[in-house]
Amino acid sequence: MNPRNDLGSQSFVLLRLGDRRFAMVASQIAELVAPSRIFRFPHRTQGVEGVILRRGRIVPVCEVSEKLIGKNLLTRRFYLIAVRNYGEKSEWVALPVTGECELIAAEMSPATEADAPYVAGWISYDGNVIEVLNIDALTPGPVSAPSVCVPLEMQEATT
Amino acid sequence: MQFPAPSKSPALRTEQIILFRVSGQLFAVSSGSVQEVRSVDSLAGSAAEITAPGLKKVRHIVRRSDKSLFVVNGALHFGLPVTPGLLVLVLRRTRTALLIDGIEKMSTMTILQALPQAFCNEERAWYRGLTALDQNVVPVVNPEGFLTSEEIVVLEQSQNSGVSGAKTAGSSIGSVHEPA
Repeated sequence: MNPRNDLGSQSFVLLRLGDRRFAMVASQIAELVAPSRIFRFPHRTQGVEGVILRRGRIVPVCEVSEKLIGKNLLTRRFYLIAVRNYGEKSEWVALPVTGECELIAAEMSPATEADAPYVAGWISYDGNVIEVLNIDALTPGPVSAPSVCVPLEMQEATT
Repeated sequence: MQFPAPSKSPALRTEQIILFRVSGQLFAVSSGSVQEVRSVDSLAGSAAEITAPGLKKVRHIVRRSDKSLFVVNGALHFGLPVTPGLLVLVLRRTRTALLIDGIEKMSTMTILQALPQAFCNEERAWYRGLTALDQNVVPVVNPEGFLTSEEIVVLEQSQNSGVSGAKTAGSSIGSVHEPA
């Protein structure tokens, strides 16, 4: 997928939360997957529901609808797997979305100081102005720290 | 005549774990981190009540030959509904005796995935990471994550302020304590 075409526009993935649409830069999206079992365990981080298993990875599910539309999703059809940066490292996070997503090309206007931190910019599409989300500001996590899946032997060797 | 040794694929390193339940929630702990598994009844004779300010998860200490162990109620530690604990895991190289509902089984893990960075609060101290077992994801507890050094200081101060002499009378280790 080429995130930028010859006309200077970028590729975005349009996602739906309830009756609102948002956009994310396509290069930040790993895949869209059907709902799968969510595993919950005790923790103290707001906005993380639990984890799902995807392609052998354990992926945290970040509930962003409360922040974006002011309520939790009652119906959930897919998880959008996005790449979240933590300093120089990156990890997958799963965002519950209501409907199917759409790949579009558009030109982005940068965010202003008046916008929320999770707004990376704006695009105009199909007669609507749509917020482009900054996944790093939208989902919880420290600024930087590594997290990788390693065999036990390697893990002990590095500690 | 010497023959070259047959090439061996490197053996996959595994770790024995104990799966246990606290308030219905499944956890894992490395079996090497568990020194003893005791029933609460068997510890009653050597237990004393303790009250430390701001530390409701510890209500008892257990006297051992050379040190005192603090009994941490697993449900209160993890913020789960409190249930009567039946077993105590004495965790090696710590001051913690963990009160749990029961042991599910022993198993083996080959991969321990670090806790995803999205989890960014106290749970980072609670868990060594996550492991996938039989299509389940189980948090693997960090034996040193139940009591911080500051909490141990508070508990020792409470112990030294005269509470330590009181034998368990009104409540057993496994009894249900609702947080005040």
